[in-house]
Amino acid sequence: MSACHDCPGCSAAPRPVLKPQQPPHVIAIVGPPNSGKSTLFNRLTGLRQKVANFPGVTVEHRVGRARVQHERDVVLVDLPGVYSLLPRSEDEKVTYDILTGQRAGMEPEAVLLILDCTNLGRHLLLAAPVLNLKLPTLVILNMADDLRSRGGEVDPAALSAELGAPVALISASTGEGIDKVYQFIAGTAAGHSTVKTPLVELPVLKDIPVCRRWASEVGAGAAYRAPAPPLWTRRLDAVFLHPLAGPLVFLAVVVLVFQSIFAWATPVMDGMKYLIQTSGAWIGLHLTNPLLRSLVVDGIWSGVGSVLVFLPQILLLFLFIGILEDSGYLARGALIADRTMRRFGLQGKSFIPLLSAYACAVPAVMSARTIENKRDRMATIFIAPLMTCSARLPVYTLVIAAFLPDRPLLGPFLGMQAAAMLGLYALGFVTAVFTAKLLKSSIMKSEGTPFLLEMPPYRWPTLQSLGLRLVDRSRVFLRRAGTVILAVALLLWMAAHLPLVDGHAPEIAQSLAGRVGHFIEPAIKPLGFNWKIGIGLLTSLAARETIVSTLGAIYGMDGEARSQGLQQALRADLTPAGAVALLIFFAFALQCMSTLAVVRRETGGWKWPAAQFAYMGLLAYAGAFAANQLASGGIARLVAFLH
Amino acid sequence: MQFSFINRRSGCPASAHTLDELQLGAEGILDRLELPEDISRRLMELGFLPGHTIVAGQAAPGGDPRVFRVDGSEVALRRETAERLVLRPPGARREPDSP
Repeated sequence: MSACHDCPGCSAAPRPVLKPQQPPHVIAIVGPPNSGKSTLFNRLTGLRQKVANFPGVTVEHRVGRARVQHERDVVLVDLPGVYSLLPRSEDEKVTYDILTGQRAGMEPEAVLLILDCTNLGRHLLLAAPVLNLKLPTLVILNMADDLRSRGGEVDPAALSAELGAPVALISASTGEGIDKVYQFIAGTAAGHSTVKTPLVELPVLKDIPVCRRWASEVGAGAAYRAPAPPLWTRRLDAVFLHPLAGPLVFLAVVVLVFQSIFAWATPVMDGMKYLIQTSGAWIGLHLTNPLLRSLVVDGIWSGVGSVLVFLPQILLLFLFIGILEDSGYLARGALIADRTMRRFGLQGKSFIPLLSAYACAVPAVMSARTIENKRDRMATIFIAPLMTCSARLPVYTLVIAAFLPDRPLLGPFLGMQAAAMLGLYALGFVTAVFTAKLLKSSIMKSEGTPFLLEMPPYRWPTLQSLGLRLVDRSRVFLRRAGTVILAVALLLWMAAHLPLVDGHAPEIAQSLAGRVGHFIEPAIKPLGFNWKIGIGLLTSLAARETIVSTLGAIYGMDGEARSQGLQQALRADLTPAGAVALLIFFAFALQCMSTLAVVRRETGGWKWPAAQFAYMGLLAYAGAFAANQLASGGIARLVAFLH
Repeated sequence: MQFSFINRRSGCPASAHTLDELQLGAEGILDRLELPEDISRRLMELGFLPGHTIVAGQAAPGGDPRVFRVDGSEVALRRETAERLVLRPPGARREPDSP
């Protein structure tokens, strides 16, 4: 610290007035699933929110600052959706613990109870236990626009009198009536609110039929008239769940998602790649020291860039998932997929994560959040990285092109190279299914929790909600690219460029990476790999496709001639059996820092990513070993047979 | 499979004993849930309460799982769950609390 306060002029400057540090005003948002809780939370907080996990539990909740002008910070906590306050599932335990003030630093001073007013009879079940907490509570009746358009009615003032709590009739998606929520928040932050005694007696019984009768009576007292059935939902379901048209629509949706993440994302990804390359080259022009240039351009820029390239693909995928989820189609898709997924021991909701995993395991693991059943979620996360993600493609393409001629196999429809590629896709899929079956029939057996799927009415997705999703996902992704990936890229660069020889980077064989490659050679020799491939395996621990650039560096290829030259160099260094082994190794091994990091985040600890890494590593080693031994034997026999 | 007379107008077999036997559009009154208590509770929170009317909706291809309309919302159940929800025999009196 400099002696700032001594310098003349400083004391004359107005000092910033420090507000006395007040603890933030914590408000919990609680409500049943599908009540529009997240929509309200997004509206109240905008972008000032983050996802948080409690230590030791996998249930996530979101925390955000409310957009209100107040001297105290108002912190909103979006709790997991629950139907009751009995702490049974993990979701309910977290909600219960926070509401009863058992989580330090998170004791709510007020509650926003959000209920779907098109389904008030059932949703009022949650009102009794929440109001019994005796915290200042605003009862929010959401979906006011839906209720009106379907001919339903409710009298908020009468309900308020019945429950002894203020009631606001709003529409979180359009913003109708949202002022009342802000007024309540401002009031409780200033400490104005008191808890009144309700007119009706709140049942504390755990007997649901009794509570349901109570809810009906309260509804009747508030002149509640249930709305007519959602006509458009019925009409759409007649098509989307039609025995014939339903599966066709489902297939079309799947093909659309697939097509978009592979075909339509490619130009954007190519553009991204070009931007990263040209900007890297531009930076290189300004750095004269070759070592520094290599560090910045080859180490940091292309290391982080190789991951950033996937951002457009991930965003496009999340846009689709967002539309499917917000519109209500995701539940229908899960219903259609359930029968097939059940054969593998999974359930309908595992479908979207596993589909996403064909693009990238990272969004797949993140989208597994839609699966409420914890064991099903864990099993889905565990097998997702076995699906053939797009980072494997550069490796597959290189090795297949180097070793297989592109001869037609089935006339013009299927060439040998394409068949090999399809075989690798199938290998990943079959292994994933086998693993799921294994997990679900042993340690992850669903202990009698039935498959329950609420079918929400169809709704138009709002731009705000879709936009927020994309921003949230990009932030998660970019933060990781800036931390974990950056660190690994730096480490790898150092391993390849140290120790310095006369101030220059050493030959790759003499570098730290080369020495490690030589060191592990005995271990990978049975797989048919030499030390050069070994270095590639090590660097690809960060991200699979890194092996291509590493091998390029080892063989001293760059620029235009790389692909052709690399193929030749590989043919000289790998036997055909070794090539098969390398492909199988990449099909199985979890060489992806990003996936490990996101699994750690989603499962709340290192236990799952460690188990996943060990399992897939073991599969990769055993698979590559078997492939190398069998294939070399097979090729020898084939040669003997031909003679 | 036993013979069952299908009532053309309601599409309901004359003898739907459990929820999974209801055809599309047919309705029944729930009598009891023959499931462990915690699962029963979960279903009751979703509206599967004894005395309430349940309408069978669309099903996934192959007839399983099926959507049920209950207490103002739609919930899909697998057959293994639906066959444990026993319906009241036809002609039985409705309870006053059913909607």
